[in-house]
Amino acid sequence: MTELSATAGRAVEAALSAGAGAAEAYASRDSGREVRVHGGEVESLTAATQSGIGVRAWIGGRVGYAYGTDLSESGVAAIAGRAAEAAGVADEDEFAAPPEPAPIEALPALSDPSVAAWTAADAAELALAVERTALAADPRVAGVEQVVYADSAERVAVASSTGLAGEYESSDCFAYLQALAEGEGGRETGLGFGLARGPAGLDPEAIGAEGAGRATGMIGARKPASRSCPVVLDPTVAASFAGLIGGALGANAVQRGRSPFAGRLGEELASGALVLHDDGRDPAGPASAPFDGEGVPRRRTALIEGGRLRAFLFDTYTANREGDGASTGNGSRHGYRSQPSVATSNLIVGTGSLSFAELLGAAGEGVFVTDVAGLHSGVNPVTGVFSVGASGHAIRAGELAEPLREFTIAGDLVSLLGAVEAAGAEARWVPFGGSVRTPPLLIGALAVSGA
Amino acid sequence: MSDLLDAAVAERVLARALANGGRFAEVFAERRRGLAMAIDESRIEAVQSGAEEGAGVRVVEGSTTYFAHVDGLDPADLERAADEAAGALRGERRESRPLRAAAPPPLPIERRPEDVPAERKAALLRELDERARGQSGEIAQFTSSYAEARREVAIANSEGLLTGDDRTRTRIGAQVVARRGDAVETGAETLGAHRGFELLEDDPAQIAELAARKALTLLDAGPAPSGSMPVVVGGGFGGVLFHEMTGHGLEADHIQKGASVYVGKLGEQVAQPLLNAYDDGRLPHEWGSDAIDDEGAPTQKTQVIEDGRLTAYLYDRLTAERDGVASTGNGRRESFRHLPIPRMTNTYIAPGDATPEAMIAELEQGFYAVSFAGGQVDPATGDFVFGVSEGYLIEGGKVTRPCRGATLVGNCLEALMAIDAVGDDFFMKTGICGKGGQKAPVGTGQGHVRVRAMTVGGTEL
Repeated sequence: MTELSATAGRAVEAALSAGAGAAEAYASRDSGREVRVHGGEVESLTAATQSGIGVRAWIGGRVGYAYGTDLSESGVAAIAGRAAEAAGVADEDEFAAPPEPAPIEALPALSDPSVAAWTAADAAELALAVERTALAADPRVAGVEQVVYADSAERVAVASSTGLAGEYESSDCFAYLQALAEGEGGRETGLGFGLARGPAGLDPEAIGAEGAGRATGMIGARKPASRSCPVVLDPTVAASFAGLIGGALGANAVQRGRSPFAGRLGEELASGALVLHDDGRDPAGPASAPFDGEGVPRRRTALIEGGRLRAFLFDTYTANREGDGASTGNGSRHGYRSQPSVATSNLIVGTGSLSFAELLGAAGEGVFVTDVAGLHSGVNPVTGVFSVGASGHAIRAGELAEPLREFTIAGDLVSLLGAVEAAGAEARWVPFGGSVRTPPLLIGALAVSGA
Repeated sequence: MSDLLDAAVAERVLARALANGGRFAEVFAERRRGLAMAIDESRIEAVQSGAEEGAGVRVVEGSTTYFAHVDGLDPADLERAADEAAGALRGERRESRPLRAAAPPPLPIERRPEDVPAERKAALLRELDERARGQSGEIAQFTSSYAEARREVAIANSEGLLTGDDRTRTRIGAQVVARRGDAVETGAETLGAHRGFELLEDDPAQIAELAARKALTLLDAGPAPSGSMPVVVGGGFGGVLFHEMTGHGLEADHIQKGASVYVGKLGEQVAQPLLNAYDDGRLPHEWGSDAIDDEGAPTQKTQVIEDGRLTAYLYDRLTAERDGVASTGNGRRESFRHLPIPRMTNTYIAPGDATPEAMIAELEQGFYAVSFAGGQVDPATGDFVFGVSEGYLIEGGKVTRPCRGATLVGNCLEALMAIDAVGDDFFMKTGICGKGGQKAPVGTGQGHVRVRAMTVGGTEL
């Protein structure tokens, strides 16, 4: 047993000693670094280590949570004691109980050796290459606001009084830039990014070129006329919407009547063109792990298939509450500071058969949306009604035309599902909307509001 | 502060940080404590208690910052962080100045939240629940959260500064779902301050009623209009308008990288002469106030717009150094795990002399955004977006019907210049601002403000 698992085990024992009837501990230790470059120089270089533990304690159906950074024996005991104390404040909930252990299938290759092998100087060189590529891509690229490279290697251990015990290691890294382009009296920005398990999996030239291309492509952008029209969503935008839909399919929102999908299981809500899965074990998925934040095996769940709503996502609590359900392994955490709650793992939007050019052709006259803003304030997750800021390009006669900015796209999430007319053939991983792999999507009609 | 970072330990850590050179070194030590809980379906849940401590050490040489952070505040932890930060430098040892302890008094806290029994906080949430549900049988769901957070920080640097602060923030929020047949609407309200439990002594449960009233009002809402029109923005959190439209673009890191529409605009007329605006980190009790910033600089009141002219940018230490000016006390960081960056504190448009009634009465047709759910800006292009949480149509000089699902979009420079009336009904509200992956508590404020033209993005074409 590793030290981390031993610490988790000690925390469980300490919580039981403090009066809990059942307990669970989630411990993590990670080391990471971040490099920011600007103007051909390293602006900052960060080396970080952090470790901590979160303890859930049950007293009957009352649950409490506590977390902290002190992993010494007395520190862990204090955290466990606070968890039990917190449980004493909560109200009884008949469905609150720790998960029972289930066989966990190992998921190899979550750690990339290049994270450890690369020096900080190697990482800085990669970030500088991103910046150089963007600056050289086009004379209208006036600068790069910042290139950020970051990686981390994490070890996670879970233990519970029901006999659950698991541990895994994983790594991830990403790089992105915000390129600045100038022309026609205006300044434009363009995002380029890449993600992988380790730096060896990143392509700095592709990242730099993407940022430069997006920024220069927006030069001279104007407001479109307000109308309802076909809209093609870039994968970065499609991912944001997939994330919103995935969030609304979490059983916690559904059971508490706070999801536009509540009571609609089995209904034909989507066109056949949209297929959506949650897959916590996809080998390339940034959120993949052998088990979720409460030690339940991750798995693949079909959410939308054949146009029908097939399933909701569950953690242990919502599965207990459902009665006949089982956790889908979607008890997610944002590290040791957060207790588990239902959330998507990796969302996979199914690919179709159309190339990007064919998608534009199918749209005919419409708008290609490359960017959305204000998702945190412009979407009502309870009703599914959304109106968000957007930018992109006009589509004329099935081809990309002039750039567009300062407009909104609006509708509601349920109608959006039904309006997906086609999915592109090529998908990519996007860090928006959680962790999503999606192709571009053609939406039959959306309200576009501009001039 | 003293028990967080002993002067002798700090001097040793700074010496190690400068072992391989560096023109500046700093150690930032922090202890964080918090308690949060929620009520949902009339049941107290998600009771959560946190305790973290750690330190970040940075060394600056040339244009590069070397930063390392660790958990724990033992001298060995701090030295490990210093060695890690210094490890990437290759220069000659530099000397640090002897430390002189000087900390201004922290903002006063009358009633420490940690001294109030947790059951009292649970009882408060139950009271909110009852008040909201008592508003109408159409209240289908009510959730509310309570959070208290204490951050004790100590900062020592190679220029001899040894200072600290002790910050306590308390906040409650209420979210309502109202239902009538197939119509579902939501309403939310918050109350927060840099204060202790005394914040919650004067009928805090009224926020539950306010949230319920918003949701109930929206049950009668129709679709929001689309297109460009005059917009009247409500007071308080309406100030997020200025926060996004102007505040972010004045943060000196954006300016120095050419990534702001306000580059080169200092001294220029960017708004009508009726507009005056400030960033003020010293407003008593306000959510975005602290005694010092996270680099140890005293917080201050900075006038950023004077009679419509742009008068100041917002600086942290490094950006100030680059421009040869003094820090404006805006170097903030989310925690010891983050580097400080220029951030707003409490940003507001000062009260004007118009009344909300008059602003609306003058409009034949327009949109009234009483409150926002939030906003976002790209400081480089100036394009912004605000999600409207409570909005109405204005027709014939009168507020007519509520609208659902509206978003406002526009460009900073045009929209700022288009503010043609500022109301006298000033107040402040709390917000959580995100920048560069770091969250910070910020205050926003204004009276009613009218913008001559903005794009309203609804579904009614």
